[in-house]
Amino acid sequence: MRPLNVVWVQSGGCGGCTMSLLSSPVRDPLGTLADVGLNLLWHPSLSEATGAEVLAILNACASGETPLDVLCVEGAVLRGPNGTGRFHVLSGTGQPMMQWVRRLAQRASRVVAVGTCAAYGGMTSAGANPADACGLQYDGDTPGGLLGASWRDHFGLPVINVAGCPTHPAWVMDTLVAMALGTFGVADLDALGRPRSYADQLVHHGCPRNEFYEFKASAERPSHLGCLMENMGCKATQAHADCNTRLWNGSGSCLRGGYACINCTAPGFEEPGHAFALTPKIAGIPIGLPTDMPKAWFVALAALSKSATPRRVRENATADHTVVPPPIRPAGRR
Amino acid sequence: MTRIVVGPFNRVEGDLEVTLEVEEGAVRSAQVNSPLFRGFEQILGGKAPLDALVLVPRICGICSVAQSAAAAQALAHAMRVDPPENGRLAANLTLAAENLADHLTHFYLFFMPDFARRQYAKRRWFPLVERRFQAMRGTASTDALGARAHFLELMGILAGKWPHTLAVQPGGSSRPVQPAEKVQLFVLLRAFRNFLERVVFGDELERIAAIDGQAALDAWREERPAQASDFRLFLEIAADLDLSRLGRATDVFLSYGAYRQGAAACFAPGVFDGALHELEEPAISEDVSHAWLAADAPRHPAEGTTRPAPDKPGAYSWCKAPRLAGRVVEVGALARQVVNGHPLARDLVFRAGGNVFSRVAARFLELALVVPEMERWVMSLEPGAPFCVSGEEPDEASGAGMVEAARGSLGHWLVVRRGRIHGYQIIAPTTWNFSPRDADGRPGALEQALVGTPAGEGEAELAVQHVVRSFDPCMVCTVH
Repeated sequence: MRPLNVVWVQSGGCGGCTMSLLSSPVRDPLGTLADVGLNLLWHPSLSEATGAEVLAILNACASGETPLDVLCVEGAVLRGPNGTGRFHVLSGTGQPMMQWVRRLAQRASRVVAVGTCAAYGGMTSAGANPADACGLQYDGDTPGGLLGASWRDHFGLPVINVAGCPTHPAWVMDTLVAMALGTFGVADLDALGRPRSYADQLVHHGCPRNEFYEFKASAERPSHLGCLMENMGCKATQAHADCNTRLWNGSGSCLRGGYACINCTAPGFEEPGHAFALTPKIAGIPIGLPTDMPKAWFVALAALSKSATPRRVRENATADHTVVPPPIRPAGRR
Repeated sequence: MTRIVVGPFNRVEGDLEVTLEVEEGAVRSAQVNSPLFRGFEQILGGKAPLDALVLVPRICGICSVAQSAAAAQALAHAMRVDPPENGRLAANLTLAAENLADHLTHFYLFFMPDFARRQYAKRRWFPLVERRFQAMRGTASTDALGARAHFLELMGILAGKWPHTLAVQPGGSSRPVQPAEKVQLFVLLRAFRNFLERVVFGDELERIAAIDGQAALDAWREERPAQASDFRLFLEIAADLDLSRLGRATDVFLSYGAYRQGAAACFAPGVFDGALHELEEPAISEDVSHAWLAADAPRHPAEGTTRPAPDKPGAYSWCKAPRLAGRVVEVGALARQVVNGHPLARDLVFRAGGNVFSRVAARFLELALVVPEMERWVMSLEPGAPFCVSGEEPDEASGAGMVEAARGSLGHWLVVRRGRIHGYQIIAPTTWNFSPRDADGRPGALEQALVGTPAGEGEAELAVQHVVRSFDPCMVCTVH
């Protein structure tokens, strides 16, 4: 089988998804991609080709002369000012990146949006969206974006949205390797075009603060050990990703780092409608409770568990180290 | 005279275009264009002040913690809070981890592959360099990426993840280190030291840090063969191609000072132009005369604005032109070490100024200097003592955060009115180095460094690439 030709371009983003990929726990991420039959024709941070050599590669792909099997786009598409795309002109070409992405996407057998910016617009589209940024097939949570809601690749798939800010190196590796192996299909995507391999999980799963969550023993300020949901803005019970079962940089995750999950795999995460690190509440009850649990039950259970909270859990929740260790009970019978 | 547009300019962070006027085989003048504008300073306007901690790291995926650190410092300044000792150590460790990882990324992925290009095929060192550094194929990138990923496990412990952490707070760190984790951090640092000493240097870090001038460096080089280590191989190339003749800019060096230790800094702040001067922060201004931004007088960043004007005549970049008392300055590892007075950095600059060789050598020097500091910082952590103090989000305040990213001085200037961000201006390292001309027509540091650089066929084709990459530009930070 012919290796799959991959072109990776960076549009209006921060380059952090590439940096994340290069921190992959896979010993040799680039070697692994080559090994499974992915031929990286060009990547802006990694390739030797520069200037005219790059233009030759991109033009050959855009004209169909070189088959383009996978187009990876990192960063949002900048449509401004006034629809011209001139906020990001691909250097050396005089052409807006918006046009390059459109031309390449039309030829590509598959298109992967690497990160939330490329998928939905992401942080680049925050505030008043000064650069008029959007995703490849979404404008925030509205289908459309650069390519339009009805766009499909040669295999009938929409843009594959490996969302995350940044995206996890394993999410990108798993998706690209599955494509190379020919095992990635439309059933592998969720309703927002994200690979279900990670998007069918919740960030809450595997959270080491779970005992604090069970008892609603909450952190009150940064560095506290308690649950981050009640006060600190944490959305892990709603956010789709496996961050606490597939860790970051060895042993990390946002929650393990002591700060809120901001639901960065979701369209619109950049404008939550409240300060990121503060949980909005109505009558003292956090809005945005787990999405598939009756609210009354949640409130009732929370009240019950709060009143049953062990002193150990309550005191440790607002400390930055374990002040009350678990009691030791004899394990044997003798 | 021939006009050449160089782009897409890859193996830099972000998008870069350089326009050269070439005459008789050398660059006569250069214009640097930063072709990406996202508008982060406008996005930040109207937000809750602490939301800056979520937004600014996302300016840049490679200087992410540096952006966080500058914002945290500006907020701490505005909130009048001061992190406890543990918080300060954690901030130093996360920033140092990013900076050193970036130095590795620069050397192994961005800078060295140019010397493995066929134009150098006749050089005696070429077979070694090709095998080790050819883009995507050389053995070195696998070694370096593996060591870098393992080293960045420090971030997994101290910052939750990299890039884009929210652990760096105005009051310290959200991530208290527990006793076992202190041990794990130390072990990770020793593994990184081992990689540096075995593969990068082929010598102890302390011996590299003690090299006190060109003569000592030459002696060190002559003691071992070219293939002894990657640094040794670089010295071979640098001597053969005389890289110290390439890419001289203004030789005015600026550093904001790096890694706070009590009231002082591990690397002192200042300005060096042959003599050392104190940094006068009020003398910083930004000029927009050649940027696609609405016309304005040069302003101190605390009073600055950013209003796109894409059709402005005479403009050729989205980048503003920062100046220090009207002067064009260079920032980066070399500037930090020259300002701090390291004898090797001072001697290299005394002999041939800032150039391709001295800029790259200074990054190696920092790898050797900072890892032992990090080991001391980890051993100074006191689990059980506070990592973070709390403070009130301000209603009316201003603050400045001035830190050193891998590639140089990064400043954030914040103004809060009625509890919301009213003004937020950022001057990134590459904004200094890759600025366009100012109202007086003075070219920026790279624009000056490129003048006189050979340009043409064969080896000459690559000189411009070496000069540009010697600054380790980060284009996504530059305009933001």
